[in-house]
Amino acid sequence: MQELTITRHNEMIDPLLHIWSWQIPVYLFIGGLVAGIMIISGYFVLQGQYKRNVFSCFYLPHISLLLLTGGMTSLFLDLEHKLYVWRLYTTFHWTSPMSWGSWILVIIYPVLWLNTLIRIPERYQNKVPVFDRLSALINKHPVLIKNIGILNMLLGVLLGMYTGVLLSAFGARPLWNSAMLWMLFLVSGLSAAAALVHLITTDQYERELLAKADNAFLTLELFVFGGFITGLLTSTRVHIDAVKLILVGPYAAVFWVLVIGTGILLPLSIQLLAVNHKVKHTPVAPLLVLAGGLMLRFVIVYAGQYSHWS
Amino acid sequence: MARFGMAIDTVRCVGCMDCVVACKTENSVPEGFNRDWIATEVTGTFPTLHMEIRSERCNHCDSPPCVHCCPTGASHVHDVGGVVLVDYDKCIGCKACVASCPYGARFINPSGYAEKCTFCIHRVEQGLLPACVSVCPTHCMHFGDLDDPNSEVSQLLASRNHHSLLPEAGTKPRIFYLT
Repeated sequence: MQELTITRHNEMIDPLLHIWSWQIPVYLFIGGLVAGIMIISGYFVLQGQYKRNVFSCFYLPHISLLLLTGGMTSLFLDLEHKLYVWRLYTTFHWTSPMSWGSWILVIIYPVLWLNTLIRIPERYQNKVPVFDRLSALINKHPVLIKNIGILNMLLGVLLGMYTGVLLSAFGARPLWNSAMLWMLFLVSGLSAAAALVHLITTDQYERELLAKADNAFLTLELFVFGGFITGLLTSTRVHIDAVKLILVGPYAAVFWVLVIGTGILLPLSIQLLAVNHKVKHTPVAPLLVLAGGLMLRFVIVYAGQYSHWS
Repeated sequence: MARFGMAIDTVRCVGCMDCVVACKTENSVPEGFNRDWIATEVTGTFPTLHMEIRSERCNHCDSPPCVHCCPTGASHVHDVGGVVLVDYDKCIGCKACVASCPYGARFINPSGYAEKCTFCIHRVEQGLLPACVSVCPTHCMHFGDLDDPNSEVSQLLASRNHHSLLPEAGTKPRIFYLT
């Protein structure tokens, strides 16, 4: 037998770590979604699709600015010493993923802003002269538009990776301590972004294209999940115990039903039928993908805190 | 530069919790929280059981993940003795350091910043011992410079069997338990 009794019972630490509540999964989900939007939107900008008003790259940057602000607010709500948040921007610690993230977000805002200026929606034109002048300047230089597209894609990848690296850098939490986590969150973010466009677009071509792309992302996500789980299952005892939390432990039901079942397999099946014209496109599938992406973050954040070394 | 550490004799420790009370008093640790605590570990198969009583706290690791992950530099390695400390005015309460500690040694003070054992650096800088060490009735706790081969802790570690907590986590803890 091995029985350990301790007299410590610190709030949020004992009996098991539970320092992060809904704010962090929501922040990570929105971060991943924005990352995916930036990559998709950047790709469409490169393709010259910004010229078509109905196309999603026309309004995706505006949505992502709002989403990112929502995500940052969620993160801010999680801080325990809120008035000191400005301290993030008085230094840069290269060993801290959170420090990288806070600076990446500072760079992302203006890049997203530039993306919105490529095409200002009609109702907002001639409201702020500076924006109109900037928009005119950008449109005079097609190379600049291409560079904004490339920058959006690059920073989108960086943001998507960051949401995973943020957790995987915690060696003390075996479930998070996987080199596959950044890939999982990046692919999940891409899938969620594709689902969002699929959900809101009015353009038939775009809906079809994004549904196909989402099918590819969801399939890839299943493979990445396979790598993530296999990597942990073939590691040390603590890592095996950690991954069992989601495979057969207290988080298994949510993981298998809401993340894998209704979050990936069911929408993938519906969308495969839709793109093959067996059934009509339905908002149910992308809604399930979005809900599955959110549940993925909840399961990973909660179960990861539960996982421990001793 | 000195490298402070502790050697705690588990054969002598009786788990009286004097160290816990001394720490709470000396450092005004908020009610309901502890910077140090007593762990009792029973191993073996009846009737061949072995019980180890340990006074545990922050291990002031040589490779401290809490310092590495801190985004503001609030968690840092102090110039004196390489003690791991938190600058409360820099801490934003993101709890990354709490998540990164495999020992659960940190907690969030009700005022919002991360808190943990400081090895009573305010006392040590005055030539005193940490409060927990100074009150131990069985004299099972020893504090000193691990880099000084003539210090009491170094001598004890050189002459006695000892172990640290979770060495496999790779944090290189500086608290050793004499067995």
